Amino acid sequence: MTNSIKEIDGAKTIFVIGANTTNAHPVIGQRMRRAAQNGAILLVANPKEIDLVRVAHTFIQPKPGSDTALLMGMCRYILDKDLQDQAFIDEHCENFDEFKASLDAFTPEFVEEITGVPWEQVAKVAHTYATNKPAALFYAMGITQHSHGTDNVMAVANLALLTGNIGKESTGVNPLRGQNNVQGACDMGGLPNVYPGYQNVTIPENKAKFEKAWGKLMSDKVGLTHTEIFDAIYEGKVTALYMVGENPLLTEANAKHVREALENPDLFFVAQDIFLSETAQLADVVLPAASFAEKDGAITNTERRVQRIRKAIPPRGDSKPDWWITSQIAQKMGEHGFDFSAPSEIMDEIASVTPIYGGISHERIEEVGLQWPCRDENDPGTQYLHKGKFARPNGKGQFVPLEYKQSAEIVDAEYPLILTTDRSLYHYHSATMTRRVAGLEELDSNEWLKLSPADADQFGIEDGEWVEVYSRRGKVKVRAQVTDVCPTGVCSMTFHFHESPTNEITNPALDPVAKIPETKVTAVRVEKVS
Amino acid sequence: MTNQINFTIDGQEIVAQEGQNILDAALANDIYIPHLCHHPDLKPVGACRLCGVEIDGGHMTMSCLEPVREGIDVRTDSPVIYQARKIAIELLIADHHMDCLACAAAHDCDLLTVSAYMGVQPERLERLRKTERDLPIDTSNPFFQFDPNKCVICGICVRTCDEIVGLGALGFIDRGVSTVVGTFGNKPFVESVCESCGECVVRCPVGALAPKKPEFAAREVQTTCVYCGVGCGIYLGISGDEVVSVRADRERPTNEGSLCVKGRYGFNFINHPDRLTKPLIKKNGEFEEAEWDEALELIASKFAESKGEKFAALASAKCTLEENYLIQKFTRAVMGTNSVDHCARL
Ligand code: SF4
Ligand code: SF4
Repeated sequence: MTNSIKEIDGAKTIFVIGANTTNAHPVIGQRMRRAAQNGAILLVANPKEIDLVRVAHTFIQPKPGSDTALLMGMCRYILDKDLQDQAFIDEHCENFDEFKASLDAFTPEFVEEITGVPWEQVAKVAHTYATNKPAALFYAMGITQHSHGTDNVMAVANLALLTGNIGKESTGVNPLRGQNNVQGACDMGGLPNVYPGYQNVTIPENKAKFEKAWGKLMSDKVGLTHTEIFDAIYEGKVTALYMVGENPLLTEANAKHVREALENPDLFFVAQDIFLSETAQLADVVLPAASFAEKDGAITNTERRVQRIRKAIPPRGDSKPDWWITSQIAQKMGEHGFDFSAPSEIMDEIASVTPIYGGISHERIEEVGLQWPCRDENDPGTQYLHKGKFARPNGKGQFVPLEYKQSAEIVDAEYPLILTTDRSLYHYHSATMTRRVAGLEELDSNEWLKLSPADADQFGIEDGEWVEVYSRRGKVKVRAQVTDVCPTGVCSMTFHFHESPTNEITNPALDPVAKIPETKVTAVRVEKVS
Repeated sequence: MTNQINFTIDGQEIVAQEGQNILDAALANDIYIPHLCHHPDLKPVGACRLCGVEIDGGHMTMSCLEPVREGIDVRTDSPVIYQARKIAIELLIADHHMDCLACAAAHDCDLLTVSAYMGVQPERLERLRKTERDLPIDTSNPFFQFDPNKCVICGICVRTCDEIVGLGALGFIDRGVSTVVGTFGNKPFVESVCESCGECVVRCPVGALAPKKPEFAAREVQTTCVYCGVGCGIYLGISGDEVVSVRADRERPTNEGSLCVKGRYGFNFINHPDRLTKPLIKKNGEFEEAEWDEALELIASKFAESKGEKFAALASAKCTLEENYLIQKFTRAVMGTNSVDHCARL
């Protein structure tokens, strides 16, 4: 998030697109509902009628995969009505004319056709966002999990730049990050193209800096992404995999392919986790990890706040904290630079090589944490980004011209419905933890295919009955729930239940830049189980 | 800066903030005024009629609704006030199920606090109880239950769900003889729109809304929720070697005292029997338990054979910063490849 959670309270307009916040980020969802009650205008754009719609002032229902058209349509309306923040654009942005020219294609007719949203409604949302300021925009996987997810993100940024809704309190472009430390895993360089702090591995100075810090020679070649790793294993190019705390058999699009890869007999596969997950069962060695309550450290939330976790109880059995395990493997291999006795020492090393974490230490984050960038020990941290100037080399925000791209899969006679994925309030991700909490399992114990009454009618499906959902990659068996939440033509499933592994049928088509699979748009057909 | 207001309560000098009400100002200065329906997180409603005070010798007024004013002289007790409170509390008690020993809230019950302040004796409590209310207890939610027989109709739960959670799952339901609180249509909690966040349970001043398994923590450890990217601040309650409860951290800007169902109630996986407690090595297709040394030696020798582009690592969005840092450092510096990723994209 460019801005902070607390700033929601001060926003006059809150625009939530491609996010089911009350399910996936419940306490932020609560805050949004509260803000709406206290007078903020809440705008919701989602293919499904999510819970926030109850308190929204305006709800629009774009077809899955049409976000770029919607957002660019909003930009066009704003310019047509001269509602843009021209002073902000002139002073702080670049590439405006190119961007403006690209809006020609997004005529009202075109936007209506692609999104299925009447132009007056597009206009209404755009008008409010551009005029009732400060306006804060929030999005999640509904924007990113597309073969053109990067375009969607750029479109969101264009809209914020156009209206000057960025770099100020209670505004911003705010991606809601999923897992408790997904922001932190990225910050720490758990990515194939960057060292900690987003320092690109292909820039020689960066490589030199880390080679000096770590005393080793390193590769300047961008590594493989999540999806590419499984391809490479499948092809026998990668022969050893060290997997910590993940369960790709449930979370990765086209999970069948992941299984086939991990079953490659030439692979040496080490899984490290607190439970024997579906994926870990395929490992050669499984290492028992301590849970969050059994170790010290820090994690970074969606608003860039670095917060402590603390050891409250001893690790169960012989399980060990993940930091200890990785250090031991390295030391067994005779390596130096891994002889840490506590996570606070590791954090000190992080601060020494990661400028945006330069002022972070366990001591400083004891009570409420600090938000990065936090560059030195006197830096109070950063509540919101891009204040006064943009965090780019020339200090300018960049408009990006865009064109509409179709989703990789579109419906046809054989696969007439679009399947999109969602999360349950009661489970988390592949649910290895939540499904082992009896009460949560009681509240939500199986997968449902949600589909509209019209589609249920057309395909002869009764509420509550077992169906099979087919995509071009396979099928899953699941019970159907007929609900108005889904519009005609769109159905949805979560991916928490190994009994109905949704991601065995989702589409692994990748966004060319972000390499994110298109799990939000899969063409499917639904059949009764005879 | 808001202005400071100086006044007196029972002769004691008080400094309060402009806009504060008299009840909050009194409580902040350790002066107790009986109250049941007031909660500092919620807008005051003056429903329980217990917090009456007299200002400058005038008529009794509800202190939760009365803003502080410069120079006023507040009296928290007088024969008139006492009489009014007595009527209010006795009416409540008459309707209340008084099985205190078996009540989860007994150690922390505002009704008992008020009764003690008023000098109402337990025997008298027993005599006061007249209506034998025997409404069914709603046990449908796995984490908490609602016993309407203990409810004092303070409305705190209703206002919490409305003002804090923004959901409005609860309301007052008129049942002819008496009012009760309940879900829309008076359905069991799990069939309502309730999201099981437990905010109402935390604030219920008596034992009406109470955890099913009340646990007493011997100590608490401040930490952060393990689930989503909101990063709510929590305190884990510990008894012996086990986590037995979770409490929200009110000071943390991320959640300011709020939690969702996963954060508040989703911690039992820690002690689940499925937890891995030993390294496992697959031999002839079956996992066998091993000691750390054996497992680490094996991994070290195997990894050594796959250095460079033959190696890949998946870091974890569930592990700490320090752990992710080490995994990528290991991948880059020891194994010589940048093939490290995690499920950020999923
Ligand atoms: S259930 Fe508790 S909080 Fe709700 S009205 Fe009754 S006593 Fe008050
Ligand atoms: S309590 Fe709920 S909203 Fe808060 S971090 Fe945990 S899972 Fe997320």
